[in-house]
Amino acid sequence: MNASPVYLDAASAAPLHPVARQALLAALDDGWADPERLYAPARRARQLLDAAREAAAATLGVRPDELSFTPSGTAAAHSAVLGGLAGRRRFGSGLVHSAIEHSAVLHSAERHVAGGGTATSIPVDRLGRIDLDAWSVAVRTPGTALAALIAASHEVGTVQPVAEAGAACAAAGVPLYVDAAQVVGHAPVPAGWSVLTASAHKWGGPPGVGLLVVRKGTRWESPWPMDEREAGRTPGVVNLPAVVAAAASLRAAAADAAARGDRLARLVDRIRVRVATEVPDVEVVGDPEDRLPHLVTFSCLYVDGEALLHALDRRGFAVSSGSSCTSSTLRPSHVLAAMGVLSHGNVRVSLHQDTTEADVERFLTELPGIVSALRAEAGVVGL
Amino acid sequence: MIAPEVLDCRGQRCPLPVIALARRLPELPVGALVRVLADDPAAAVDLPAWCRLRGQEFVGRVDGPDGPGFDVRRRH
Repeated sequence: MNASPVYLDAASAAPLHPVARQALLAALDDGWADPERLYAPARRARQLLDAAREAAAATLGVRPDELSFTPSGTAAAHSAVLGGLAGRRRFGSGLVHSAIEHSAVLHSAERHVAGGGTATSIPVDRLGRIDLDAWSVAVRTPGTALAALIAASHEVGTVQPVAEAGAACAAAGVPLYVDAAQVVGHAPVPAGWSVLTASAHKWGGPPGVGLLVVRKGTRWESPWPMDEREAGRTPGVVNLPAVVAAAASLRAAAADAAARGDRLARLVDRIRVRVATEVPDVEVVGDPEDRLPHLVTFSCLYVDGEALLHALDRRGFAVSSGSSCTSSTLRPSHVLAAMGVLSHGNVRVSLHQDTTEADVERFLTELPGIVSALRAEAGVVGL
Repeated sequence: MIAPEVLDCRGQRCPLPVIALARRLPELPVGALVRVLADDPAAAVDLPAWCRLRGQEFVGRVDGPDGPGFDVRRRH
């Protein structure tokens, strides 16, 4: 039997916003030329690029010349970390980051360490919130060049104390990089950062567009070979139609983020309560209060995460998982590990503007039976 | 000190080591110590988490010639 599909993985990629589709199609006709050239189609492309930059900057409350478009959110994160370290190498080579950063940040940290730098990982508590005392001590350590903190966890939804972390950085004179991929277009962007990145396909824009914002006065130096595009911050010609679509959909997503967030937060509340009461032996993880409006994660004891994803997929539910068996590296999610919560049988549900109450109800109605069938099959009932 | 009971879960992927522990522990007397040998990286996360959820005591990790071992004491 084929169930109607219910897409619940917006934190990986949100469905394309209708405004993004319209803008993308229009810009394919109008924005194909190289914006750097000196003829009419190029000038048209330049106008589109300038307008996209101004719109995105206005939505984020920053200056247009502080914002660059990158080929992905990952590329933006790499640039933020490596460029933030390069710009401050005179002051030291220490990077401070939370234990629950996105892998793009952690891989940049590994590159930095391989090149002779140091990296200090700040632990989180059981709810996934950083240890602010440890953070403050680390950023004050002489030789700290940059600190990196994810605005809200992409895996468990816990919102980080960015303002407090930023105040500690400011007191120490250390720039703060904030990965805001799960926040931009969904919730207010916190203050207190010097460098910020985001990713268009997390807010309903097309894939292949990231944002890199470097505030005026920040010591940041491109880690890439010289290129004049995007204020020298990221090499290569931007995918202009996708950039136009990203900027248009960002404005649209941000405009109704509060109302959408309220609606989705209530649905997430319902999932948190019902999963905890109707599925035996389940651990709902992440901060129940201080969290993203659209994302919830839980782990089902004794259940294989991959089997659970496949069983849900057969019933039409698209979700993701931090369980090791679902990862290419066969390691559990570093976020769940840092929190000390169960990593197997893990499911992340993330909602979007098209998610209906009926979608959530059908998921909640079917989930207990799916989990109990998997437990019966594995012979683990009553353990 | 009596040598702990050993559950050899090497080569098993999670959640199998956790399931093996959940099956074996209730068969042992309260206060008994079990060492779970498990080389799946998820075991290092999931065995302590299981102990917390079930109110059992996670004693600690021991890295020996047999690979990673995780000691658990039955509390109730």
